[in-house]
Amino acid sequence: MKPVMLLTRILAPAIALALASAGLHADDPFAPLRDAMVREIANMSSVTRDETGRVEFAAPVMAAMAKVPRHKFVPPDEVPYAYENRPLPIGYGQTISQPYIVALMTDLTQVGPGDVVLEIGTGSGYQAAILAELAQAVYTMEIIEPLAVQAGERLGRLGYAKVQARLGDGYHGWPEHGPYDAILVTAAASHVPPPLIAQLKAGGRMVIPVGAPFMIQYLLLIEKAGDGSVSTRQVLPVSFVPLVGGG
Amino acid sequence: MHSPPLLALALLSASALGYEVLLLRLLSIIQWHHFAYMMISVALLGYGAAGTAVALARPVLAPRFHGVFIGGAVLFGLSAIACFSLAQQVPFNPLEILWDARQSARLLMIYLLLFVPFFCAAVCICLTFTCFQEQIHRIYAFDILGAGVGSLAVVAALFALTPVDALRLLGGTGIAAGALAGMACTGHRRWLAPLLLAAAVAVPAGVPGRWIALSPSEYKELSQTLRIKDARAIAQTWSPLGLLTVVDSPTIPLRYAPGLSLNATQEPPAQLAIFTDGDGLSVLNRYDGRREPLAYLDYLTSALPYHLLRQPRVLVLGSGAGADVLQAIYHNASAVDAIELNPQVIDLVQRRFADFSGKPYSAPNVRVLIGEARGLVASRGEPYDLIQIALLDSFGTASGGLHALSENYLYTVDAFAEYLRHLAPGGLLAITRWVALPPRDVPRLLATAAAAIERDGQASAARRIVMIRGWKTATLLVSNRDFDDAGIAVLREFCRARSFDLAYYPGMTVAEANRYNLLDRPWFFEAAQALLSGERAEFLARYKFDVRPTTDDRPYFFHFFKWRSLPELLALKAQGGLSMLEWGYPVLIATLLQSSVAAVLLILAPLWGARRRQRRSRNAALARFELRVVSYFAAIGFAFMFVEIAFIQKFTLFLSHPLYSVAVTLSAFLIFAGLGSRYSGRRRGGIGAGVGPRHPLARPVLAICAIALLYLIALPPLFQLLAPVGTLARFGICAALVAPLAFAMGMPFPLGLGRVSARAEALVPIAWGVNASVSVVAAVLATLLAIHLGFTVVLLLALLLYLVAAVMFP
Repeated sequence: MKPVMLLTRILAPAIALALASAGLHADDPFAPLRDAMVREIANMSSVTRDETGRVEFAAPVMAAMAKVPRHKFVPPDEVPYAYENRPLPIGYGQTISQPYIVALMTDLTQVGPGDVVLEIGTGSGYQAAILAELAQAVYTMEIIEPLAVQAGERLGRLGYAKVQARLGDGYHGWPEHGPYDAILVTAAASHVPPPLIAQLKAGGRMVIPVGAPFMIQYLLLIEKAGDGSVSTRQVLPVSFVPLVGGG
Repeated sequence: MHSPPLLALALLSASALGYEVLLLRLLSIIQWHHFAYMMISVALLGYGAAGTAVALARPVLAPRFHGVFIGGAVLFGLSAIACFSLAQQVPFNPLEILWDARQSARLLMIYLLLFVPFFCAAVCICLTFTCFQEQIHRIYAFDILGAGVGSLAVVAALFALTPVDALRLLGGTGIAAGALAGMACTGHRRWLAPLLLAAAVAVPAGVPGRWIALSPSEYKELSQTLRIKDARAIAQTWSPLGLLTVVDSPTIPLRYAPGLSLNATQEPPAQLAIFTDGDGLSVLNRYDGRREPLAYLDYLTSALPYHLLRQPRVLVLGSGAGADVLQAIYHNASAVDAIELNPQVIDLVQRRFADFSGKPYSAPNVRVLIGEARGLVASRGEPYDLIQIALLDSFGTASGGLHALSENYLYTVDAFAEYLRHLAPGGLLAITRWVALPPRDVPRLLATAAAAIERDGQASAARRIVMIRGWKTATLLVSNRDFDDAGIAVLREFCRARSFDLAYYPGMTVAEANRYNLLDRPWFFEAAQALLSGERAEFLARYKFDVRPTTDDRPYFFHFFKWRSLPELLALKAQGGLSMLEWGYPVLIATLLQSSVAAVLLILAPLWGARRRQRRSRNAALARFELRVVSYFAAIGFAFMFVEIAFIQKFTLFLSHPLYSVAVTLSAFLIFAGLGSRYSGRRRGGIGAGVGPRHPLARPVLAICAIALLYLIALPPLFQLLAPVGTLARFGICAALVAPLAFAMGMPFPLGLGRVSARAEALVPIAWGVNASVSVVAAVLATLLAIHLGFTVVLLLALLLYLVAAVMFP
């Protein structure tokens, strides 16, 4: 890492705090930090080329990342770190994924303007907000009551009218609004709930991050073909060849 | 001053060691085991620091011996409770440590808090050595006997008391040690002992429960499950083996079916979750004798062997709440033997929740065996058609690499060879593991199985292994016969019907390897191809994770870390690359570095001070003597710990339980070392220095080397010979075997300390502090050396260190 970058990184929380306190006088004092975050993600975005056929994340995904105010989705004491590329705790044993992973998951779902999306595990509501920038409608469910309430209020306050959030068990999905073009499951699951596969449209995509808190190990991408057959893919979020000089 | 308060010293020493064992338990419940280990290693340096403190403040402390001892013991008792309570309030989250600099500061705060009680106890002990130098042998004997009894007593207490009540008890015994010391007080202080005794009961009992209630990390599985609406803990039991919590989630069912095929149409039946120390989920299925609700068990990768065998006789290792037993029942197994380590799990299934569970362990032809799997397998006479090793660890801890420091004797070359011996002709060993990406445990399993099959040079592993994988689990089958075409046809059909992928079978082509669950490359097939062919050595060298076969001597199955890969993984941090980093090993290295640095500071600080004084007196001879003292006590500190840890490991399989091994072996070492110390004192006193052997250490060191080497060679065949002996008799045999070795190992410390006190008594606390600090570092270093070189090398190194000590004898 270059010294200047290192310095910027070390100073980022301080800058963030300074900007936040100066926020009364600016429209969005966090914009420069958000832009820096988006540039950092863009530099790493070639990892999904095999899955998406593109060498970088889709432009609308990056535009959404540049637009959604992540600092409004994290607890007050984490605001200074909101635009660092790292997972943050949001209470109740839950986390907000690191921005790079959010971008990657969103990119893998390939959501378009006319799409209807289901999210299981609202958490902070940040992922739903990103999806709302891309899709026609987003339905999101959360099993932990205080988080569901908080996220619902937050999304409403921030004007995300396309998002409908509710408390509930995600296992059975939200059949009233299905089938869905894309489904994102950010809650821990020992297996893929069959009702969710049923609610996925032919040609639709489902993404499930697999791992422990703060440690996403891989993403499970489930694709439903036109004939209704289902295939899965395990996507490593990094470019890593496990065999030296081979593989 | 008339005599040292030996009983108080023994009680305090017992309390301090008991506190160490208990802290490991308490911290494992609220955090994770390896972080618990890290915190305690550093906190134990309180012992070393006490040596320094006594060395520096001796003129002030020594004249007030009784007051300091009583005060130190009482402070130990109070701080044991208070510091744990405060440490729990520190919002430390180890999972964020590589992301968040604040976490390091919080960890430091926990170190400082846990350091206090050990420091208080150690000041008392060290000051006793310093003030009663003529009785060093007796003091050491009581100190170490107390420690031995303490480690046994706390394990026994944990059967009866909750961990929190055990904490109250140890707080009380600490204060009681102060009261015992106070009995020597006369005159106007006569009231002190009864008052302290009353406090020993009243204070710990009076601490409000909410101050010391355990508050586990919100990221542990249990905490996460309890967040679900209406989920609640409906039962809790505990023993030294762990805290078991049963959770019912009536509104939102648990539906735990790891890696269930996407083609499955059935949900699991109603389930209860059983957590051990807030992690390691094992599910208890509702079973009413009907097969249909269990149909989901046929859609897991682990169901494969049942399609290759007809009505097999099954042995399930690690059966937990019984899902694998139900899987065997579902598939019409003709007999099932289930081995489970923790009797309380069986009690929950069979008695407490019998109505819910349908008592699967009492089903026709099902037997349950309680104990450590390896020992029990070795003692079985009848052959099995299937030995099934369940998913024993939770996905979360496995994916975090949190087991990297735990020894595991289930997955070693020696274990696999043992399992294969117990298979009927054509029988299968089935092992299911979580899928990690890039593959780590699976290649290691393959390499280990291959080494076991080819051990006697009779068979080729390539024809005796098959493997399949889903998106979350992989199952490996090992046979004692070559797989035939009919079997392979069944394998193919099993995978096709469930959309599982073939990962390896004899004669498989790459085109079949990546059909349903697509990977960037067919990593599992490629690894199997390489490991089961002539390219094995090259693959093991080139692979970025350490997947070499594990053995009983180097039983670290979950240690995959290679230094070479560290820079790459760290560079990939921003993309989530850290999930590929196995945590346990870096934490071990960090622990070693921290405790080494702290130990050096604790040792060097007083030496530097002392040296400055010497320069003034220009006493070069004393400086040289000091160097010998430091070298000697460092060498015997390392050596004692290395021998102790190596033998705890060597006895683990014989005592069929790691906990028994630690409790029995450690106590035996401490108690017999204590007796050895007493004996060395009598010899010295009785025979006199002039008549004794030319070198005082010659006999003990020769004895240690001879016995240790003899055991190294003789123990494995001896243990085989003793296989039919019962558990209690094994404890006795273990203690008897440890006795002569420990007896000899108890001598070098008091002999050396006696010499130091005769020549330069100011160095006594330094010698004690060096020894204590080094012991802490040695415990961590022994694990590190065992990971790389095996326990035999650790033991040989220890013997070498004893020889060095003999040369450096002050």
